Amino acid sequence: MEMAAQPSDTLATLKTESETLKTKLEEERAKLHDVELHQVAEKTEALGQFIMKTRRTLKGHGNKVLCLDWCKDKRRIVSSSQDGKVIVWDAFTTNKEHAVTMPCTWVMACAYAPSGCAVACGGLDNKCSVYPLSLDKNENLAAKKKSVAMHTNYLSACCFTNSDMQILTSSGDGTCALWDVESGQMLQSFHGHAADVLCLDLAPSETGNTFVSGGCDKKSCVWDMRTGQCVQSFETHESDINSVRYYPSGDAFASGSDDATCRLYDLRADREVAIYSKESIIFGASSVDFSLSGRLLFGGYNDYTINVWDVLKGTRVSILFGHENRVSTLRISPDGTAFCSGSWDHTLRVWA
Amino acid sequence: MTINTFSQDGVQRQQMPCLTKMERMIISMQDPDMGIKLRNQRLLITVIPHAMTGADIFEWLIKKFSISDEEALHIGQIFVKYGYIYPLKEPRNLILKVDNSPYRFQTPYYWMSTRWPASELDYAIYLTKKNIRKQGDLIEYEKECYNALHKRINHTWDFVVMQAREQLRASKQRRKADRIVLECQEQAYWLVNRPPPGTLDNIDHGPERRTTNTRVQLNADFYKKEIEHNRISLARNRVKSSICLESYVKYCEQYQPHDPIMQGCLPSNPWITDDIMFWNMNCETVSVQTKLRVERWSFSFMELLSDPVGRKEFLTYLEKEFSAENLCFWQACEDVRHGETSKIPGKVDEVYKQFLAPGASRWVNIDSKTMEKTLEGFKRPHRFVLDDAQMHIYFLMKKDSYPRYLKSDLYKNLLARAVVPQETKKSVLPFIHRQRHSSPSPALATQAAEDDGKAKNSNSFKSNSGTASRL
Repeated sequence: MEMAAQPSDTLATLKTESETLKTKLEEERAKLHDVELHQVAEKTEALGQFIMKTRRTLKGHGNKVLCLDWCKDKRRIVSSSQDGKVIVWDAFTTNKEHAVTMPCTWVMACAYAPSGCAVACGGLDNKCSVYPLSLDKNENLAAKKKSVAMHTNYLSACCFTNSDMQILTSSGDGTCALWDVESGQMLQSFHGHAADVLCLDLAPSETGNTFVSGGCDKKSCVWDMRTGQCVQSFETHESDINSVRYYPSGDAFASGSDDATCRLYDLRADREVAIYSKESIIFGASSVDFSLSGRLLFGGYNDYTINVWDVLKGTRVSILFGHENRVSTLRISPDGTAFCSGSWDHTLRVWA
Repeated sequence: MTINTFSQDGVQRQQMPCLTKMERMIISMQDPDMGIKLRNQRLLITVIPHAMTGADIFEWLIKKFSISDEEALHIGQIFVKYGYIYPLKEPRNLILKVDNSPYRFQTPYYWMSTRWPASELDYAIYLTKKNIRKQGDLIEYEKECYNALHKRINHTWDFVVMQAREQLRASKQRRKADRIVLECQEQAYWLVNRPPPGTLDNIDHGPERRTTNTRVQLNADFYKKEIEHNRISLARNRVKSSICLESYVKYCEQYQPHDPIMQGCLPSNPWITDDIMFWNMNCETVSVQTKLRVERWSFSFMELLSDPVGRKEFLTYLEKEFSAENLCFWQACEDVRHGETSKIPGKVDEVYKQFLAPGASRWVNIDSKTMEKTLEGFKRPHRFVLDDAQMHIYFLMKKDSYPRYLKSDLYKNLLARAVVPQETKKSVLPFIHRQRHSSPSPALATQAAEDDGKAKNSNSFKSNSGTASRL
């Protein structure tokens, strides 16, 4: 009787081959690494005393705030929470302008449309839905809801591309996808992560065709939106990647992870170029964003704090206390005048 | 965060990077040379060995990590909250007091990573012991839990009671000091793993994430794709780090005056002073721009195009040069790329008629190879069919028209006319702030436009996005 080749043998061989290539790749990447970022930044002036305070506290969610996004008008914010509520605020006056109750809990993703006329959100319902914002107080926003994206597991992040017409999503099913809002059709899907995808960010590049994603496989991937191909990937984190955000020039991106570090990856050098960590920081970074000039990196952490990093020198500039539970989401405002943090303590804070 | 629990012969192991790090720190805290000095602490009339004060913990953290008081207190609190250190006085209150209150290190037997998740059976035994000791006088929530457990695992209740009695008997034979310590350890463990209602639940982690047994099919195809990706990545052209990193220094330097958090903004940051002048002076419809804004257009072509006012000014310049069709073409391509899928064929047709057809009214100059490829793509028009042509024209403008615009009188005059706002100081009286004015919602602008019968996508809050309207 002939022995058929065990499927597990082939799989194991393939896996080993992939691992070997990965090791070779890291070696190649190291060859052109001739200087560290903080060395190049030695001549840069050190930052002075850093003072940032909570300028607004948005109270109104009855449960953990999971996600937030700014409107292009620089003052409105949409936020979503564990109990299914999605709220649109004028953060400047702290007034609530719209509220929607989703039919699911754990709304982990929300995004403001570029026009300011709609919001997208989703979570444990595995979908991403778009709600046009009506100013008629009597109108039930839920009635006009449009189901756009359908994944086979939870929705972890969503964002509109440069218009109201397309949405990019990431999911616990291990994939990302690009959707046409009007028809609900999937335009492109992105496969390559080996586990849940937790976050994504659109590149601010001239040609605007790439985005980066991070997942539970400790990998961050840069994707070509047109072809669906993974263009570059990085695997230096030691745990789940909770957040990815492009450096303003689009030449690099930062990631925040459960391994309590934030890292900077340069796309032209094709490698990790900085690690932002401290022995005293124990808990994971849940959300990261850059200041307008890219000099500062703000990280919201699971130990309730916000750490502010000097991107160039690699040092921590400040630690901000205030939230009474995990900081789950953090975004800088479109004109860089402030940043907003959302927390499991049910509140959002605007800092400036 | 991902909590990996894999059952191996019934043993559940948990990995959470933060717990691993905490445990490393706890071990170094107990280092005989560099750790905290442990001594006997007096608890009423009993002497408890190997204890320390809250102040000891606090000071050690400051020294070891060179951090501020606030941060040291914060970290200390975390250790107590997660049950790695427990208080001897007021044991039900898991907080760190920076005074001579006594604390002890929790035994590794009761570490969160060792015994996770907490077993229902163990909790039943614990509550039963307490019940017996206190003769039924349990705290309200413990009573509820006890009754609920009694119902749920009634079939093993004899075993529970037997274990409880046995453990109580064994503990009676210990010295008082040991007994107190063991009781505190156990109590701390349960306070962390079964927190009383109203206290923070440290175990709550959100929806389940998977790193093993994932929802992705890790089959041969997956690895083959990965191998292919890695091969291509290996052959990739890379740039030296020194060149890449230098660009960040330059970028940060160039944008620093524009970064309100780094350098403030004039007249003032609206979030700090409640004065929205900064937003008013930088909106799209303002007649005179600020110097910073106009300067920014010179940083890159992308900056110029991203600002609607910049784009308008550039168009005016191009019109003078009789090359405005380039920008219009570029915008029409953006419209195709970011618009509704159903409108693509119609829009592509319009673009061809206006910009690409021989003799078109606004003909753009594209090289023959690109033109050929684009026309081929028109046979089955898709979202990206105009990408090559668009890029060609984009780079044409970037390399030629843009630099000339920056040298032009049009731009120079605009820059000269641009203003530097006067600084508005924050209100001297700390609690009196200016009235915070509402602003019209972007949704309103659209509603009004809709009512006027205009296109849905144009509104005054759109800056560099959305479907471009024909200029």
